[in-house]
Amino acid sequence: MRRRIRTASTALMTLFILAVPVLASSEHESGYEKTGIADPVEGWNHLWHEMLWDITVMGVIFALITIYFMWRYRRRFPQQEGKQVKLTFAGMMLWALLPAAIFMADDLYLAGKTWALYNTYRNVPENSMEIKLESAMWSWNFTYPNGVQATNELRVPVGKPIVMRMKSRDVIHSFYLPDFKVKEDSMPGRVTYLWFYPKEVGEHVITCAEFCGVMHSNMRGTLIIMPVDEFNTWLEKEKANI
Amino acid sequence: MSQSVSFGKNLSQWIFTTDHKRVGILYLIGSLAAFAVAGLMAVLIRVELSSIGPTITNPQTYNVWLYFHGAAMILGFQIPALTGFLANYLVPLMIGAKDVAFPRVNALSLWLFWMGIIVALLTFVVPNPPDFMWTAYPPYSIMSGGNTSFYTFTVLIMGFSSIVGGINLIATIIYMRAPGVTWAKLNIFVWATMCAFILQLIFVPVLGSAVTLLTLDKYLGTHFFDPAMGGDVLLYENLFWFYSHPAVYVILLPMMGIIYEIVATFAKNRIFNKKVVVFGGFIGTTVLSGEVWVHHLFTSGMPNWIRLGMMVSTLLISVPVGLMMIGLVGTLYRGAIQYKTPMLYACGFIFLFLVGGLTGIPHAMAALTLALHDTHFVVAHFHYVIAVSGTFAVFGGVYYLFPKMTGKMYNEALAKLAFFVLFIGVNVTFFTMFIVGLKGMPRRYFDYSHMPQLEHLHKIQTYGAFVIGLGALLILITWLHGAFYGKKAPTNPWGSRSLEWTHTESPPGPGNFGGKPLDLPEDWDPYGYGVNPD
Repeated sequence: MRRRIRTASTALMTLFILAVPVLASSEHESGYEKTGIADPVEGWNHLWHEMLWDITVMGVIFALITIYFMWRYRRRFPQQEGKQVKLTFAGMMLWALLPAAIFMADDLYLAGKTWALYNTYRNVPENSMEIKLESAMWSWNFTYPNGVQATNELRVPVGKPIVMRMKSRDVIHSFYLPDFKVKEDSMPGRVTYLWFYPKEVGEHVITCAEFCGVMHSNMRGTLIIMPVDEFNTWLEKEKANI
Repeated sequence: MSQSVSFGKNLSQWIFTTDHKRVGILYLIGSLAAFAVAGLMAVLIRVELSSIGPTITNPQTYNVWLYFHGAAMILGFQIPALTGFLANYLVPLMIGAKDVAFPRVNALSLWLFWMGIIVALLTFVVPNPPDFMWTAYPPYSIMSGGNTSFYTFTVLIMGFSSIVGGINLIATIIYMRAPGVTWAKLNIFVWATMCAFILQLIFVPVLGSAVTLLTLDKYLGTHFFDPAMGGDVLLYENLFWFYSHPAVYVILLPMMGIIYEIVATFAKNRIFNKKVVVFGGFIGTTVLSGEVWVHHLFTSGMPNWIRLGMMVSTLLISVPVGLMMIGLVGTLYRGAIQYKTPMLYACGFIFLFLVGGLTGIPHAMAALTLALHDTHFVVAHFHYVIAVSGTFAVFGGVYYLFPKMTGKMYNEALAKLAFFVLFIGVNVTFFTMFIVGLKGMPRRYFDYSHMPQLEHLHKIQTYGAFVIGLGALLILITWLHGAFYGKKAPTNPWGSRSLEWTHTESPPGPGNFGGKPLDLPEDWDPYGYGVNPD
């Protein structure tokens, strides 16, 4: 029995020791690698796939064991009864602490990686452009730094991180950019923010993710990422029109 | 005696009953009524989403359907079916008690629940029905023309019913156990019920206060949630989820409990590592349940430190839940499994819960959830992990107890067919829902014309919903057919060792054990299988 306890504690120690360098190395996973500017989308995709592998492997192993047991231990004759193993105290503790340690190691591993990516999501890059957003039932109203306003069409220059400072005129809405893997609620009485990195010219969906009434699903907008000079021309023109 | 146990001859005997078994069955009927109406709403919702643009209704009506589906399924079906029906029916039988500790109070909690069901159903009769989802976030629920008070009173009445029932059953478990039914030998379902009711007693008052403040804000002009007057919109979200996250464990624990009972009975096997399942799994979940609610507010502008803190505590829920799952599959090990219908539901449950549980992990991860929060991905996740798993547990439980409750057997072949139809239906619908959510479809949408690429996936989900509807219909037919035309059931058709099967008639008479004091042998164990190895 003592030997089993020793085996168990060695296994636990090993797991924790294995988890430490993984936690320490998670800085690399935060999406900084390729671009110089952090890109949360890259980090998200990376972490998503890693998480997907993680849960798929766990799920498949568990499911296969279950299916095997279901087939292997089917009743062979009436009146047959099961012969469950009777666990010793050490066995009981082993079957509690070993799975707990494995789950906790996996939890902390994922938590560490998430933490790094989360920092990327929440730390706004320094050279970013701030656009104010006021949401209302049922529209998105944007204000650019020079006072230009726009509704439901968010035009931004390519290659410049955009930070949205958000509040709401009436109820809670949620500014959701599916292609940029990010959303944050906008609400009355509080200012929230999110940022995203428009890397390429193109158009993307803006859509509301917090239930806000009858026209909730019609609370949409378009994110238009433009070449820088085109964007500047547009902004100047709009400024002149005010 | 035989006359008083006969099934439903005299209506007033049922209305004025204080017998825990009849109370339990009346809970079941009420919760199945809620399930039927809310399930119909679900099919209508799916039909509406089957094509782009308005399909069969307008957004206003659609939102009422969504509201009713959510509120009725959770408050009217899941919680009452698991903690009302199963707990009331099983707990006194399992612990060898004549009845619950306070039978009249039990009748009170039952009829409060029925009042709650009626108030909830009035949604469809009153002008301006509630349209603000079961979460009822202000300011929308305050500004909405919908009738917020119907929501509030449904919650308060159901909540009060639950508190009264909780005190009753906790007292029953502590004080009414027959000699020989020690804490160590207690059925695992009884442990689960105990933990679930402790959660209800701690957390229901919080929900009660949240919805009361909502009503005061709306009808009496207070400003608890109005930022223009010094209130805070996030206060409600915090209070709401401070109850409503533990509420999922109120559902989870009894559903685990009943599945354990089914698996132990049909595998004729002792529960694997029962102590660890109870103390690590059930009590561990109970302890952790109040420390995770902020994961519902991961995109609501909460401070970073609490998002990261609650990310870790949420991920750690995998430890007690993992222990429960290991215990469940461990109980199959070296068993003698007989695949009757309840066991099929238990096996189905293991797979549904596995998918649901594992897809909970990305939601807990505070960065990944920034994309997944409030999409169909989370809808698919909680349908797998609570909605469908819970329903499988309830249905499995009904099949399991069917001979005991009615004294008749159901048709095994029809029941198995219904199971497979249901199992295929839920997987078609909800697995597809994961994909739609991952592609960015937000939840509570009436229309998705800006995401036309998702239409065919929505169609598949709708076909699945019809299959689910067909399965539910078949199950209803099985039950009605069994109750009226079934063959007479023996007292212990499953060969269980648990008191409710070994020491009672089918159905049990008043006083459960025929008035004789229970005389349990020293080595009695509700899971004492395999003592005489053959």
